[in-house]
Amino acid sequence: MAKVKILPEYCKSCRLCIEACPKGVLKIGDKANAKGYYTVIAADEEKCNGCTLCAIVCPDVAIEVYK
Amino acid sequence: MSKRVLMKGNEVIGQAAIEAGCKLFFGYPITPSTEIIEYLSKYLPKAGGTVLQAEDEIGAINMCYGAACTGTRVMTASSSPGMSLKQEGISYCAAAELPVVLVNVNRTGPGLGGLGPAQSDYFQSTKGGGHGDYRLIVLAPSKSQELYDMTLEAFDLAEKYRNPVLLLTDGFLGQMMEPVELKEKPASPEVDKSWIVDGAKGRKKRIIASYSLTNEIGEANNLRWEAKYKDIKEKEQRWEEFYAEDADYLIVSYGTTGRISKSVVLNARKKGIKLGLIRPISLWPFPEKAFIPYKDKVKGIVTVELNTGQMIEDVKLAVECKVPVHLYRRQGGMLPTEDEILANVEKVFNLASEEV
Amino acid sequence: MEKVFGRPKGLTEVPFSFCPGCTHGIIMRLIGEVLEELDIIEDTIGVSPVGCAGFSQDFFTCDFVGGPHGRAQAIGTGIKRALPDKIVFTYQGDGDIAGIGTQHAIHTAARGERITSIMVNNAIYGMTGGQMAPTTLAGMKTSTSPHGRDLVINGHPIDLPKTIATLDGAVYVASVSADSPKNIIQAKKAIKKAFQVQQAGLGFSFVSVLSTCPTNWGLSPQDSLQWLRDNMMPVYKLGELKVTEEVKNL
Repeated sequence: MAKVKILPEYCKSCRLCIEACPKGVLKIGDKANAKGYYTVIAADEEKCNGCTLCAIVCPDVAIEVYK
Repeated sequence: MSKRVLMKGNEVIGQAAIEAGCKLFFGYPITPSTEIIEYLSKYLPKAGGTVLQAEDEIGAINMCYGAACTGTRVMTASSSPGMSLKQEGISYCAAAELPVVLVNVNRTGPGLGGLGPAQSDYFQSTKGGGHGDYRLIVLAPSKSQELYDMTLEAFDLAEKYRNPVLLLTDGFLGQMMEPVELKEKPASPEVDKSWIVDGAKGRKKRIIASYSLTNEIGEANNLRWEAKYKDIKEKEQRWEEFYAEDADYLIVSYGTTGRISKSVVLNARKKGIKLGLIRPISLWPFPEKAFIPYKDKVKGIVTVELNTGQMIEDVKLAVECKVPVHLYRRQGGMLPTEDEILANVEKVFNLASEEV
Repeated sequence: MEKVFGRPKGLTEVPFSFCPGCTHGIIMRLIGEVLEELDIIEDTIGVSPVGCAGFSQDFFTCDFVGGPHGRAQAIGTGIKRALPDKIVFTYQGDGDIAGIGTQHAIHTAARGERITSIMVNNAIYGMTGGQMAPTTLAGMKTSTSPHGRDLVINGHPIDLPKTIATLDGAVYVASVSADSPKNIIQAKKAIKKAFQVQQAGLGFSFVSVLSTCPTNWGLSPQDSLQWLRDNMMPVYKLGELKVTEEVKNL
């Protein structure tokens, strides 16, 4: 049981987390933040195994991982 | 304990810095300032301080910048070409409002120049020097005792106003030996140190920097600095008057030539010429107040300078061009004699007939 | 559930001002984590220069000093000489430390100044819009080498960590990369080691981190990472370039 939480105010939609996730949990969502970025969402949340790879490559510390 | 000694001018500055509680000196050797770093290398460690010979002048001034950020008393010294290299860092020190004490033992220029005395860095010293609109407090001693006293005071002034202070001397004052009384420094006034960086223990982090990417903040900063400079201009104008009160003619001269000009005044008085002297001690702020009683009274002024005529511009402004202001100058390391200065005063004001 | 990954205490809440996908943010986070893990946030003074790295003063929770372009190590030297018990680090781009400030890079290392310098190498001047840097690769196009860096005209790129490693005062020198999870974990180990070297007072410690500049390289963030691997890594070899015996025994 693990959970990935995207902090939309920090996300810049660079997609590095999407490429890093081995389980295909993440994708670009349909809501833009205040800066106009369509932020990443955990579309397939139940597949998250809490590996933190997405958070490690995130250049904006926009991802929190819970286990 | 006060004691009277015979010392070289540059060494007097070094000794005064130690007495003032300077703990760090960063510098790079250059004639005719080198005795300052040599003296401090020998004696500052004994007083619990450190001298670090930097890779260059740019390194030295930026080391001063860093040390001053911690509230530590710090100094650097150089001569003209070296001061040119320091200007970027000095501009940043002024912007970050850091109490750094600077010494320029002025040699000749432009370019490499020579080692003789000069006042060719007057503009550089008093009008900013580096980029941006800032001012240094500039003190101009004319003898060894003043080298000592003004170095002591420079540290207090720098902390009081959180502004770099420049001691502008020259190759003559730096190399000359004369007796000086090494007075004990009176206790420095308590200063606010709530701005320094020393690790954010039990308080919010502090940033000392000078960039502002919004124009509104930029202007607010400039206005704040301007207000400080105005305050300094009001409170810190210094000068010496010598036979000025009843004078028909005035010499205006600072530093080494200010000293020579005193003898010129005495010689003129012997000849019946009512000559006086105003010797600016603070070059910035320029002592405009000194001219208030004289600008409607004296018949003429001669500035005596070791450059092509730099301070003369400030003198003309101070007398609002109400009085004719002439220049007598020597350059390239040459000093004027008393006789040639007086002969020039007589010539420009057509005073030969007034001789008794 | 327990939080296993989040914002380290070494970073403020201020969002990074870098372009999307720029790996500056990863490197800053690693430093923020190291400051927290070594419990030195309150004892540390960071120094930022000019350029994208200049923004760093806003992002760390420790005290910070910002100065002129290239002079961070001289400023850091002044701070460390005044406060020898504090931790001092500089965060500088490649143009800053390997171009305009090279004299300080060489002499800070030679003196064995007890500070830590982190160099972010993206082979370009980012802040000013993508001009040629001292680290720009042969043939690489930038706005001031529009036909590609010509070695005859512009000379060769500088591998600064390799140079610094030759100096006796530098006791720990590492070249790492922020391109992949594995390399990011290696980078953090190197940065942590560099700070530990300073804590032990052993000498100058230096970590160069290969980084991307998607905006000025004209590539997507993901393609930038691949470009870094294909082009920068063969020139700027990764690894611990210098670890003295004392550092090994830490």
